[in-house]
Amino acid sequence: MAGSRPLKRRELSSGVNPPAEKENQTGRPMVKYSHVSKAFGKLKVLRDINLDIEKNEIVAVIGPSGSGKTTLIRMLMTLEKPSSGTIEVDGELLWHERKNGKLVPASEGHLRKVRRKVGMVFQQFNLFPHMKILRNVTEAPLHVLGLPREEAEARAVEMLEKVGLGDKLDAYPAQLSGGQQQRVAIARALVMRPQVMLFDEVTSALDPELVGEVLAVLREIAAEGDMTMIIVTHEMDFAREVADRILFLDGGVIVEEGPPQAIFNNPRHKRTREFLSRFCNSPMTPAAI
Amino acid sequence: MAPIIVGNTILWDWEYAVQIFPTLLAALKITIGATLLGFALACILGLPLAFGRRSACRPLTLLTGGLVEFVRSTPLLAQLFFIYWGLAEFLGVTMSAFTAGVTGLGIHYAAYLSEVYRAGIDAVPRGQWEAATALGFSALRTWTNIILPQAIPPVLPVMGNYLIGMFKDTPMLSAITVVELLQTAKIIGTRSFRFVEPFTIVGLLFLLLSYLSSLGVARLEARFKRGSA
Amino acid sequence: MSKIHPPFDLLPPLWRGVGITLQLTILAAVLAVLTSFVIGFARLARYRLLRVLATLYVEIFRGTSVLVQLFWVYYVLPFFNLKLTAMQAGILVLGLNYGAYGSEIVRSSILAIPKHQTEAGIALNMTPNQIMARIILPQALLLMLPPFGNLFIELLKGTALVSLITLSDLMFQGTLMRTSTLRSFEVFSLVLILYFLLAYPITLAVRAWEKKLSQGRA
Repeated sequence: MAGSRPLKRRELSSGVNPPAEKENQTGRPMVKYSHVSKAFGKLKVLRDINLDIEKNEIVAVIGPSGSGKTTLIRMLMTLEKPSSGTIEVDGELLWHERKNGKLVPASEGHLRKVRRKVGMVFQQFNLFPHMKILRNVTEAPLHVLGLPREEAEARAVEMLEKVGLGDKLDAYPAQLSGGQQQRVAIARALVMRPQVMLFDEVTSALDPELVGEVLAVLREIAAEGDMTMIIVTHEMDFAREVADRILFLDGGVIVEEGPPQAIFNNPRHKRTREFLSRFCNSPMTPAAI
Repeated sequence: MAPIIVGNTILWDWEYAVQIFPTLLAALKITIGATLLGFALACILGLPLAFGRRSACRPLTLLTGGLVEFVRSTPLLAQLFFIYWGLAEFLGVTMSAFTAGVTGLGIHYAAYLSEVYRAGIDAVPRGQWEAATALGFSALRTWTNIILPQAIPPVLPVMGNYLIGMFKDTPMLSAITVVELLQTAKIIGTRSFRFVEPFTIVGLLFLLLSYLSSLGVARLEARFKRGSA
Repeated sequence: MSKIHPPFDLLPPLWRGVGITLQLTILAAVLAVLTSFVIGFARLARYRLLRVLATLYVEIFRGTSVLVQLFWVYYVLPFFNLKLTAMQAGILVLGLNYGAYGSEIVRSSILAIPKHQTEAGIALNMTPNQIMARIILPQALLLMLPPFGNLFIELLKGTALVSLITLSDLMFQGTLMRTSTLRSFEVFSLVLILYFLLAYPITLAVRAWEKKLSQGRA
């Protein structure tokens, strides 16, 4: 495990982005949300989100259900389209293209190109049930990256061993426990070598005794320090331990953000305090609200 | 064997039955051929229809939906007549009765299979589509490697039942002059003035083959139920 | 492609056929419903013999095609001194055949009523007949309507086959006109449209009923 991160004191008002603290080649953020809003019909799920995430930064997003935190990262994975605003990944616009100096909605080809920089692990794992574990992990490298079979398999085996499932290559998803399936899902996403990894409540669907093995994998990825991670989670202890920055979302806005010990020990806003008080600083994670 | 006689009527003439059996078996081949070709056509045509009904383009969904509804609401026999005599006259082409028959069976059952495909595709969990998007799969790959392999196996038993249904519908082809099993029996019967043996044998042949096939379908269904989680 | 005026002149003879088609459909449907209940209940009977016989009935009728059965009744029975008209043969075969399918609907609808309904009846000291008549059947009948509606449409389509044993229904009129007018395309297009107009309202009614069922009770 790498050494613990230096504690950083930052501005605590939302919307103001912290100066780049980690090694950053270009100085530009890895992910940038500019005035992003999302409404489903009449329901406003996200309101004017402005957010910069630095390269290799680890951000944990917390908040009550319905706060929009899942929608926030789904838009980055191109699973939901923003109603307004722009999202940039590594300097490139995601949902838009610049044509003749104007912003136009992105074509499918452009979406696919930028999407490659992002990977996601889902709450329900979403493994392909009709494929063995090895094939689950090699399928995308083979058919999306166009890698030759030996290389795809080598990468897949390496990644599966890294998550501790090197001996399950020939099994089907249904034969594995929830924790094992989720670890395969993580391997499947990582093997594509994205620049940003999104984790959507990846332990919420697991039995309590299986949560630890998945969090251990996340911890290891975080410790390696070369992956930008956005983790939507209810696991407060985990977030406190692993994240560089905590985002508290409620009612579609970023109510408060800051380093873990600032948010958890000294929350500024009333809503943050109310939300955190439900967790009572206990090591037990409450069921999803 | 002596014929079975009741009163003044011959109930069953064994000698005659044995005599006509080979001819009927030969005609059975035409029936089976029409069934298999018609079903292959239906399987193939059903897919674009299913895609059409699920598409985002509204005129397309309405068009294919209307087409499927129309085909399912009208008798196969009428459709066969329409294709063999009506379309041929309209387009100015002549097609063989067998071709018209197979086409009619194919189109009719494609409408039913499109519904079956649709149900199978809709049953694939949404998360599978999202995982495919997240990993960057193209639309084509998503269909061929992820969605269809999960959509089709559960509906194979239903497709099997439609195959059996098509087999039992083939006698209709006799109405557009295809000399299949039933027509052959009718010809034999008309020639010898005895219909009991030909039609009963035909009935038994249909019964036997459909029953065996339905056992096969039941086993397919059981195997799928056992194999899935 | 040269004729643009709609072929309304072809309608009158076809219309006569529609009348026969409807007559056959309704009469066969009555027989089918009766058969469905008789066989359906037989398949649920306490006595094994009844269940076996009923299952045999269903397997035989479902395993052979309607046309073969029609031909058998129309051409073979006369040899045993039982000569039926085309209409009678049609009603008999269609009624018994679709009754076999209908028996499945009756059986599965009755089985779909949850066991605790029966148990409630027992707790109230009702006899088995009372339980069936007052509790199970009324609920099961509602469930049966959509599949019976669909079966009715299938029956309507099945009547076309009786034209092949010379019943002067809509299909038969169509084939007559093919040879008399040589306007096959228009004739058979009209035939298809007429069948569609007969069947589609029933389809809509079935869908509306299914929707109503799933809303109120789920």
